Amino acid sequence: MSVAGSIKDENTGPQPEALVRVDGLKMHFPVTEGLFMQRVVGLVKAVDGVSFTVGVGETLGLVGESGCGKTTVGRCILRLENPTAGDVIFDGNDVADMNMKEMIGLRQDVQVIFQDPFSSLNPRMKIGTIISEPLRVHGIIKDPQKRQERVAELLHICGLNPRFADRYPHEMSGGQRQRVGIARALSVNPKFIVCDEAVSALDVSIQAQIINLLEDLQAQFNFSYLFIAHDLSVVRHLCHRVAVMYLGKIVELADCDELFDNPQHPYTKALLSAVPVPDPAIEEARSHQVLEGEVPSPIDPPSGCVFHPRCPQATEACRRDIPTLQEFTPGHTLACPVVLGQQR
Amino acid sequence: MAVNETYIEVQDELIAPPGWRAVTAALIRRQPLGAVGALMVLIMVAAALFADQIAMYDPEINDFAAMLEGPSTAHLFGTDEFGRDIYSRIVHGARTAMTVGFSAAILGSTIGLFVGVSSAYFGGWVDNIMQRIVDVLMAFPAIILALTVVIILGRGVGPVIIAITIPMIPNCARVVRSSALAIREIPYVDAARAMGFGHLRIILRHISPNIMAPYLIMLTNFLGAAILAEASLSYLGLGVQEPTPAWGLMLKSGAEEYAESAPWAVIFPGLAISVAVFGFNLFGDALRDVLDPKLRSR
Repeated sequence: MSVAGSIKDENTGPQPEALVRVDGLKMHFPVTEGLFMQRVVGLVKAVDGVSFTVGVGETLGLVGESGCGKTTVGRCILRLENPTAGDVIFDGNDVADMNMKEMIGLRQDVQVIFQDPFSSLNPRMKIGTIISEPLRVHGIIKDPQKRQERVAELLHICGLNPRFADRYPHEMSGGQRQRVGIARALSVNPKFIVCDEAVSALDVSIQAQIINLLEDLQAQFNFSYLFIAHDLSVVRHLCHRVAVMYLGKIVELADCDELFDNPQHPYTKALLSAVPVPDPAIEEARSHQVLEGEVPSPIDPPSGCVFHPRCPQATEACRRDIPTLQEFTPGHTLACPVVLGQQR
Repeated sequence: MAVNETYIEVQDELIAPPGWRAVTAALIRRQPLGAVGALMVLIMVAAALFADQIAMYDPEINDFAAMLEGPSTAHLFGTDEFGRDIYSRIVHGARTAMTVGFSAAILGSTIGLFVGVSSAYFGGWVDNIMQRIVDVLMAFPAIILALTVVIILGRGVGPVIIAITIPMIPNCARVVRSSALAIREIPYVDAARAMGFGHLRIILRHISPNIMAPYLIMLTNFLGAAILAEASLSYLGLGVQEPTPAWGLMLKSGAEEYAESAPWAVIFPGLAISVAVFGFNLFGDALRDVLDPKLRSR
């Protein structure tokens, strides 16, 4: 815990050694019509101008409700999608400009842990094959004997009996499979891991185990996480900084404790007030802020601030002007001119 | 409802296949007809493999002292117009039928598998172009397409195999593509891409093994169809050439001239074709029910 604590302290304020820098990232999916001559009739603006950095050994949480584009951000960093606009800069290199050879290098530096442990492992492959395949394909370990030893080691690191190497995924429980997914991600010695809802499909007790495993691994290997989640308590426990997304945009980004103790953006406030407190007395006494309406469609997002139709503090200006992320206090940025204006 | 069904379908793909012993046991217990079909297939394959031991005479030797003789202990199924033993020719004909049947079915379904998976995996314009080519090939009746190929390539076993293979490719590609489209969206394919694996590796090692059920079903269906197609081509005089023993060829020479005077020259080759195709179809249907209950009664 002391290791994680010291990293946390280092990451306050500007970070010179950002491992991943996402700048103005946009991912628009075309909506097409017609069988042969496909016409583009609209754009789903899944991600619409997202910028953030992740430092070495840092965990950045990315939270927001379903469909706000947080998974798409992760997929763009992994280059599973080709972003419409914006830059993803990893270790000083632009991911979008990479050729095939550089991409293979990137694939080894950036890895992913998926949400659903049942569908993220190929059911026709043994666990040992799943974990050793990247080692073999990328020529990391050429000797089969040593490769087996490495698989056993990786399984052991992830808290699994090395004998599991001979099993098929369907012979394992969800938590065990998720550990296999982690072992597979670790096999190529990555520097950065995208955890796409990595614990939300698991039981609460298993969640805690996997979170502890992720923390231990970070302390051991000092890699960075982009932790995509909707479970705020998990995020608070694990992350150093947290970005809140709404409809393809980041609305607030701050250090973890700052964000949870002193939320400023109306959406963040509403999101946090939706988390129940496990004490009936406090739960009854505290004020709830329930948002009205539904999340608007990303095909036709509202003008100005995308949150204004549901915002209790919205003004006429919010309809017109698109807010940008501005500094509220050092290390705490938010995209709400109303709140920023009140501060001044 | 539709959403639910896709979910269940995707879940099915995630369950590993039952072992071979379990499949065999299930086949006999739940699919007695399928087991009968499997037995018929086994007999055919055995006849093809051990034709030299099983046959009583050389199938290509003429015996003009014994032309068009009826069934007897010397000639179980009688003799044809050249005095050749029909039983021996049927046994050796099984070799021709199995060679053409298995080669064409395996080639057709495997190429179709590759085309279908590639089409689904790459998507976009690659998928569009591949599917339009498939459309064009499917628009031709299979036998016309096969006839064209035979006319271009000439006669003999090799061209016949190719001629029967080509019409099978688009059928298999269509079926496989639809399964592969579902597999492509499953995260383990994304995981393979994130690992930096090549397209070929993802297609062959990560997607194809997970669509073995539709592949095997297409393969067994094609076996019967290929045997029938080979017999048809031979009957039309465009397939295997005399004196090579082939069921379609025997049917042709028998049916044209001796259907009344020497019916055994027609009945036994016809029976052989029927039994083979029936056996393969029974087996294929049962295999489909065991491997993929979703496709039942489709």
